[in-house]
Amino acid sequence: MESIGDLMGGFAVVLSWQNLLYMVIGIVLGVVIGVLPGLGGANGVAILLPLTFSMSPTSAIILLSCIYWGALFGGAITSILFNIPGEPWSVATTFDGHPMAQKGQAGEALTAAFTSSFVGALFAVIVITLAAPLVASFALQFGPAEKFSVFFLAFCSFVGMGKEPPTKTIAAMMLGFALAAVGTDTVTGQLRLTFGSTELLGGFDFLIAVIGLFGIGEILLTMEEGLSFKGKAAGINPAVVLQTWKELPRYWVTSLRSCLIGCWMGITPAGATPASFMSYGIAKRASKNGDKFGTGEIEGVIAPETAAHAAGTSALLPMLSLGVPGSPTAAVLLGGLLIWGLQPGPLLFVEQKEFVWGLIASMYLGNIVGLVVVLTMVPFFAAILRIPFAIIAPVILVICAIGAYTVHNNSFDVVMMLVFGIAGYFLKKCNYPLAPLVLAIVLGDKAEEAFRQSLLISQGSLGVFWSSGLVATIMSLGLIALFWPFLSNLYGRVLTPALRK
Amino acid sequence: MTMIERLRLAALVVAASAAMAASLCVTPAMAWEPTRNVEFIVPAGTGGGADQMARMIQGIIAKHNLMKQTMVVINKAGGAGGEGFLDIKGAKGNPNKLVITLSNLFTTPLATGIPFSWKDMTPVAMLALDEFVLWVNADSPYKTVQEYVAAIKAAPDGQFKMGGTGSKQEDQIITVALEKAIGKKMTYVPYKGGGEVAVQLVGKHIDSTVNNPIEAVAQWRAGKLRPLCVFDAKVLPYTDKIAGDQSWADIPTCKSQGLDIEYVMLRGVFMPAGAPKDAVDYYVELFKKVRATPEWAQLMKDGAFNQSFMTGADYAKWVEGEEKRHRDLMKEAGFLATN
Repeated sequence: MESIGDLMGGFAVVLSWQNLLYMVIGIVLGVVIGVLPGLGGANGVAILLPLTFSMSPTSAIILLSCIYWGALFGGAITSILFNIPGEPWSVATTFDGHPMAQKGQAGEALTAAFTSSFVGALFAVIVITLAAPLVASFALQFGPAEKFSVFFLAFCSFVGMGKEPPTKTIAAMMLGFALAAVGTDTVTGQLRLTFGSTELLGGFDFLIAVIGLFGIGEILLTMEEGLSFKGKAAGINPAVVLQTWKELPRYWVTSLRSCLIGCWMGITPAGATPASFMSYGIAKRASKNGDKFGTGEIEGVIAPETAAHAAGTSALLPMLSLGVPGSPTAAVLLGGLLIWGLQPGPLLFVEQKEFVWGLIASMYLGNIVGLVVVLTMVPFFAAILRIPFAIIAPVILVICAIGAYTVHNNSFDVVMMLVFGIAGYFLKKCNYPLAPLVLAIVLGDKAEEAFRQSLLISQGSLGVFWSSGLVATIMSLGLIALFWPFLSNLYGRVLTPALRK
Repeated sequence: MTMIERLRLAALVVAASAAMAASLCVTPAMAWEPTRNVEFIVPAGTGGGADQMARMIQGIIAKHNLMKQTMVVINKAGGAGGEGFLDIKGAKGNPNKLVITLSNLFTTPLATGIPFSWKDMTPVAMLALDEFVLWVNADSPYKTVQEYVAAIKAAPDGQFKMGGTGSKQEDQIITVALEKAIGKKMTYVPYKGGGEVAVQLVGKHIDSTVNNPIEAVAQWRAGKLRPLCVFDAKVLPYTDKIAGDQSWADIPTCKSQGLDIEYVMLRGVFMPAGAPKDAVDYYVELFKKVRATPEWAQLMKDGAFNQSFMTGADYAKWVEGEEKRHRDLMKEAGFLATN
């Protein structure tokens, strides 16, 4: 196979001491960036981009993409330990990761998260290696209608799966949609719901909402319950990694499914965040332990982390082969490519073989290096929970505030974060789920945009969502997911007795 | 945050040592120099044309040690860029702040009523003008503008779909002008970024685009798109072969093909109002140096930019003319804010 030969050539390019050094630096920086909420991978890469102009393009992309891998790894850490997602795609990791930490299984949760991330990324890189051209042409089939159907599926696979009453889930989701509508409307170019305020021009940034709702909200709740972490603190146990590894192969079906979901979402490109939500939602449906999801099931950590990493990695493929970034970080990397004089597009794979295969080889190596780096740190991360809450809470608060400020260098965002924090506290008290709210803030405006673009193209006919096999299939899957509780109920009541007779 | 600070510190150390080295051998002391980090505001998201150019300039300045202080690129995309421009408007007299513009300098206040205008800022320099090209899918039967126009005329209103970046901005302004010239309505579909628009055309979800050269060139080279005409007064000067035996210079102007539409987009730099004259002069010199680097030349060539450069009164006069032109164009298209 030609691509294998090219890949070997790529390894030859990457395996120099200098490049390996860049790789380690990149991973460590990335983990730090991932841990700090707000300072996302995109910001990190953007800040470092100009420093790389004097390097060779291959070294530069290795450094920057390793920051990206590192950030993907790092996002899980604060989600699990403190219920504060460091990155948007780790929101779904909090659902089971944090309960695990509360049960004293922080080490297990971290190991599962990191290992799944690695598996997801590896799967995605293999897909890229073997099927890049094929995958690129699949991505081309995604117009607005197809994109909307993907978002629709993401929402549907999430509705009706929480412990909370469906009405509260829908209420929370609608609130999210309303918040997502604030700012400039892409389709008409008009300002919506800004009430003449300059601060609201840019709308509500998802990161600010997440830092507030989860981070600040969590601290308020913990304070109310008496200044201590719920549950036991984990002991420092260096063997925890190996023990967890023994357990993981059992969940290979979940892993494989999450890999596929992740790759699909990364390539289309919808991104790592919907991938992680969708994967979690479907895993909950499919798992026989589905009822226990949300109480600290390891499967609930594996599913979103695998999918997020698979998506984050495969998002680089449409960027390289089509010039369309699959994630904000990929968008910054794309700018970098142009600056280094490389033209992303169908010909990049032909004309810049050394660069492309060097990058792909660095994905393999970078993820291995990343896994080793983060796994060795697991016992230390887990030990953070042994610090008394009265000491760690102010530190978290400061980190949250800095994170919120860093998103747009704007101090109004810090105020907004606090408001979201108080809102998050009351929502939790009233038993409104935060996840659908967050999902709607992330995907609401994208889904709306795709919906309205579709209707513009079809000149107002809803038939556009059933106009081709691809879009019709995804929409139907979405509807099935939406009515799944009803359908399975029906199946249980009508069909099973019938079969018995 | 700590990381940013560390980076800034590192960059400072590098810049300072470089500056020391430079002062030993070459330049006589300048009249004015930035006293702190220079913020370069991009009134658009990451990855777009303006963002790329700003980061490129940042990179060139760092690589060639053109400035003692560090340049920091900050994206303020809210409100179709209004957020970025309001930031400049509110920073009166601040000599360490710059903004790079795209056409939203004119279109955003007109379409949304967000209160700013170029008169609230100090013009520094026009860096280049970005071109617009009419593209169709390479598989489509339209080889010339005439064929495409004839097809639009023959179809019912709204049948042909034009994809573009944003709403009531440059791409849609050109589309409206096109509709007027042809006498038929098209369906304008707004997307968030130019690269996405180009790929939607490759995937045949839309019928044509008016992408900037840099947004579509990769797909053209790969034989997926076909340029029909360029919306400038004269043909582009770049004669390197790009797709087959075609170069940018081979694309006819739209005017020569019977479509009397001209549109170019400003890539220029402004400062807050009341900036000291010394500071403006400093930045003009800085951008002259940037434009003299090989990296800049390459960017101009890759993106087939119109390399006009203006400063001072000429620049201000040009901007004034453009503002009036945009007001007329947008009024005709019915894009003016109603409030």
